[in-house]
Amino acid sequence: MIGSPRVRRRVRAERPRRGGAPLALLVPGLIGLVFLVLPLIGLLIRAPWSDLGSQLGSTEVREALKLSLFTATAATGIVLVLGVPLAWLLARTDFPGRRLVRALVTLPLVLPPVVGGVALLLVLGRRGIVGEWLDDTFGYTLPFTTTGVIVAEAFVAMPFLVISVEGALRAADPRYEEAAATLGASRWTAFRRVTLPLIAPGVAAGAVLAWARALGEFGATITFAGNFPGKTQTMPLAVYLALETDPEAAIVLSLVLLAVSVLILAGLRERWMTTS
Amino acid sequence: MGAIGTVRAGRAIMATLLAGAMVTLAACGGDDDGKKDEKATKAAPQTPGSTPAADTKPLKGTVTVFAAASLTETFTALGKQFEAAHPGVTVKFNYGGSSALAASINQGAPADVFASADEKNMKLVTDGKSADGTPTAFAKNTLQIAVAPGNPKNVKSLADLKQDGLKVAQCAPQVPCGAAAKTALDAGGVKFTPSTLEQDVKAALTKLTLGEVDAALVYRTDVKAAGAKVVGVDFPESAQAVNTYPIVPLAKAPNADAAKAFVAFVLAEPGRTALTAAGFQAP
Amino acid sequence: MTGLETALDTAPDAAPGLDAHLVVARDAFRLDVHLTAAPGEVVALLGPNGAGKTTALRALAGLTPLGGGHTRLAGVDLEDPGRRRYTPPERRPVGVVFQDYLLFPHLSALDNVAFGLRCQGVGRREARVAAAEWLERVGLAEHTGVKPGRLSGGQAQRVALARALATHPRLLLLDEPLAALDARTRVETRATLRRHLADFDGVAVVITHDPLDAMVLADRLTVIEAGRAVQDGTPAEVARHPRTDYVARLVGLNLYRGTASPGGVELAAGQRLVVAELPDAAEVFVAFPPSAVTLYRSRPDGSPRNLWQVEVDGMELHGDTVRVELTGPVPLLADVTPLAVAELELAPGRPVWAAVKATEARAYPA
Repeated sequence: MIGSPRVRRRVRAERPRRGGAPLALLVPGLIGLVFLVLPLIGLLIRAPWSDLGSQLGSTEVREALKLSLFTATAATGIVLVLGVPLAWLLARTDFPGRRLVRALVTLPLVLPPVVGGVALLLVLGRRGIVGEWLDDTFGYTLPFTTTGVIVAEAFVAMPFLVISVEGALRAADPRYEEAAATLGASRWTAFRRVTLPLIAPGVAAGAVLAWARALGEFGATITFAGNFPGKTQTMPLAVYLALETDPEAAIVLSLVLLAVSVLILAGLRERWMTTS
Repeated sequence: MGAIGTVRAGRAIMATLLAGAMVTLAACGGDDDGKKDEKATKAAPQTPGSTPAADTKPLKGTVTVFAAASLTETFTALGKQFEAAHPGVTVKFNYGGSSALAASINQGAPADVFASADEKNMKLVTDGKSADGTPTAFAKNTLQIAVAPGNPKNVKSLADLKQDGLKVAQCAPQVPCGAAAKTALDAGGVKFTPSTLEQDVKAALTKLTLGEVDAALVYRTDVKAAGAKVVGVDFPESAQAVNTYPIVPLAKAPNADAAKAFVAFVLAEPGRTALTAAGFQAP
Repeated sequence: MTGLETALDTAPDAAPGLDAHLVVARDAFRLDVHLTAAPGEVVALLGPNGAGKTTALRALAGLTPLGGGHTRLAGVDLEDPGRRRYTPPERRPVGVVFQDYLLFPHLSALDNVAFGLRCQGVGRREARVAAAEWLERVGLAEHTGVKPGRLSGGQAQRVALARALATHPRLLLLDEPLAALDARTRVETRATLRRHLADFDGVAVVITHDPLDAMVLADRLTVIEAGRAVQDGTPAEVARHPRTDYVARLVGLNLYRGTASPGGVELAAGQRLVVAELPDAAEVFVAFPPSAVTLYRSRPDGSPRNLWQVEVDGMELHGDTVRVELTGPVPLLADVTPLAVAELELAPGRPVWAAVKATEARAYPA
């Protein structure tokens, strides 16, 4: 007799709680979702779907899409090769002025991309500090080249990866690296065989963010690399210029960019974003 | 704070007004204004110059002007003069690409006046039934080849842009300066591959001032605005690609009287003088 | 036996086992402990939380650099800050079983064990074969492909042990090897660990705060408190002759320090404790079990010699006896039956008389 209510209480406590989200979170959360999704729906509704085929068929769009995918992927590669070690330095070593360095690393996040492009020109441009030397020594200039696009995209995308990886490194237990050391692993081996696999989800998330940022990059690209079809005209540049004359075409181009990125991101998520 | 600021601004405007009036007096009898003024008189009171405020009931409120980016310096100065001539009025500007401005006007943006950098975008507004009356041309702009001071690459003509290794910035064909450049190049039968097709004329000029390109095909007004940083090279083909700037008060203008007065102000003096000083040609 | 062989293998002047003087200063804390052990010997570092046990382990592994002293292992100077000598962890023949094992979660049990061998340059296949043998030795032949997340606590502990032993270290460090296990697993694992440690031919150092683990696993105990070694000896010696309140409490004894006087010991509080036998020393410890204390409601007849009026301070049930904490001229722990608690009407604050049998009080030199 006494036992039964107690049993019932336990059963109730063990039942998973459903619909228990407090209103104070639910309402702003849903508003936030609508706020994010509504403009996309607007694009979908107003899109001239009949133009889609002809737009996709045009050489300029295919060139821009190809260039966008190529440069964003190449930029992500650069960002990975340079950004992961940078994140490691920030998370695992102690050096004077580290806080300042971290602030500097995140600077491209707050810098208007156009300013970033000008800054890149001042360094890597034909009259830039480094660029002048490049031009004099090798006769090579970065602006107005596809490499220039990749450089601009890597510049704006790098902070996303560094922040994500540094966070993952800080969350990962550094004692795993110590355990590896006691087993005879050098710091490099420990990083490669223990730390990197442990923070792989963080690296993947950072790489995806960086890729997405690079794909949508406009300001730094057009400022640093200019705009020339097939060479430096990525999708966002094509969209912007299409807006000047044919807003409907711009919508279609945006949707193409959206669709391709959603497909790729969803595919990646399936493959290696699933954290076990 | 605000009050003091206003007083200071007021003084500045007075000074500008005095200077403007003197220029006006000097320019009044000037050469080629007679014909165009007939058009202007439709919207503006009879006498051009500093008197329009006196003979109508005083204007009030804010007049919002959507103007092409290339008009920034000229119109900002004109706005101050207009405010000084009409003490009850505040002029607000929204500068941008003509197509973007036209699009937002057609979407119902609360603007009183639209000044476009080309007739194509003005047509979007008139087609959209957003204009009040017929637009009037108030300025012309032509292209120049902008080069670094001293013209180190010795660019003398459009054909010189074909030089090997010469980097040229051009506007994208979708924007007015690019369309004009294309027309001029076609007219001259000149074919070359520019390094970049910039999204607007200022960006093309910036590439030149930063030294990334050796030449840029830009408007004469932009060369003038850049001062000593660049020099302009005239070329005959530019005559084939003249850009005409039309202005119109808007149908849904919240302040229709002030809108008409501002258009008249631009079409007559001191608008003419200011535009000429900025490198525009009379239409 | 094994230790002798190792000793013969190495240079005659080199100590074959561990010879360490660990000095680490950090903030207000200072560790200063001598630690020596012969090959094949298992030494337990026993101490309360914050005593510096883990710091000592990290110093031995090279994870925390020494501020002074030295670490010599199998005749090799691993570390000597005075001579600017430091060997990083990856180049020390030291294996560590961490408290929470730190098995690499992304690697299978087999790859975890093979990790150290791979780092030593052993080929992939060879390392995996050796790792499989180790897993078999710890009874996990069936679990080679399992990721650590799917292992039970006891299994994970054994994988960690196999991983540490697979590299054939000369020094095996175990940090609270049984602390993360539940009571039942603990008993089994303690026994198997004892067996594996007995088979190990290097020096083993077990860090623990559990006296039972220390007693069962170790050949020798070093008790450290506040960064210093306070007692050293075989488990039996330490259990019989505790030298600090911490050790006395661990082994469940009443402990006092005093000066020997004929027939008894003068305690610090001006009390006198009569003992049956006195050692030949002026300063002595006296220890007796709580079961040697008898409690009375009123002053007993015949007046036994070691008798004090005390007050009950607290009570705790230990198995089928009740441990009573008493305050008074001499603080005491007494073990009584629950029946006695009822009969004596014991409750905190209640005054009682406590007598200690002189025959059960052992005195030994301080």
